[in-house]
Amino acid sequence: MSAIAAPGTARSRRGSNLEKWGWIYMRASGVVLAVLIFGHLFVNLVAGDGVSAIDFAFVAGKWADPFWVVWDTLLLWLALIHGANGMRTVVNDYATRRGLRRTLLAGIGIATAILLILGTLVIYTFDPCPAGSLADPALSQLLPSFCSAR
Amino acid sequence: MGAVGTRTLAASATPRKMGGTLYRGREGMWSWVLHRITGIAIFFFLLVHVLDTALVRLSPEAYNAVIGAYKTPIMGLGEIALVGAIGFHALNGLRIILVDFWSKGAKYQRQLFWTVLVLWVILMVGFVPRHLMHVFGGA
Repeated sequence: MSAIAAPGTARSRRGSNLEKWGWIYMRASGVVLAVLIFGHLFVNLVAGDGVSAIDFAFVAGKWADPFWVVWDTLLLWLALIHGANGMRTVVNDYATRRGLRRTLLAGIGIATAILLILGTLVIYTFDPCPAGSLADPALSQLLPSFCSAR
Repeated sequence: MGAVGTRTLAASATPRKMGGTLYRGREGMWSWVLHRITGIAIFFFLLVHVLDTALVRLSPEAYNAVIGAYKTPIMGLGEIALVGAIGFHALNGLRIILVDFWSKGAKYQRQLFWTVLVLWVILMVGFVPRHLMHVFGGA
């Protein structure tokens, strides 16, 4: 049996340290998210008529402005990844059985990936004046006012 | 020095309400517990919220029907809980960043926790009456 070369030496730190980057990400994204979420809550729940004013036309009006498209895209990506990484921490803390832990971590990863793709597609393929609704007099009432100008 | 140490040990050995730790039952523990509970709750809401917003891609009727549920009295109260959870998580998250990166952050972590609570109360005092008007005002 060979003796330990240098007892007390720290383990080598070669390669990337993913846990460190996760730790940094939580703080960096957290600062940005604090701004994004309070802006989101203010515009949607406090300003104007608040939650009672939210409908299709409200969303269409927001996404007619690239500012809110960028805002919501950042919110979607930063918040979902921040939340998924937080849930990963919680699962690692409590799910001690290996199989259960792996299943839960996979579930978090899959749900996050699906919602990131879905949410991004919704924002960038959004049609504020869908043809089917424009053709129907009753349904066209649900559209933002700028649709009728076309 | 020895006598002081002995006395401290003896004092901490007597059973007290919260045991003999500096952490358990104190500000740091509650900061951690609340951060975790609010974080998990917000994550599950976020999953639902991306799905309900995705309905704008399906049809205006579908989106308006589902978002209508957010305007009911019960959901209106739920939104107060949601904003309360998000507000705490955001403020306490900034506290965590200060504890990690500010040279005096760890020293003042208890004061920072109480600052978080005060700011949270101010936030909710501003939000709750306004939101109740939107939900129950019959607009």
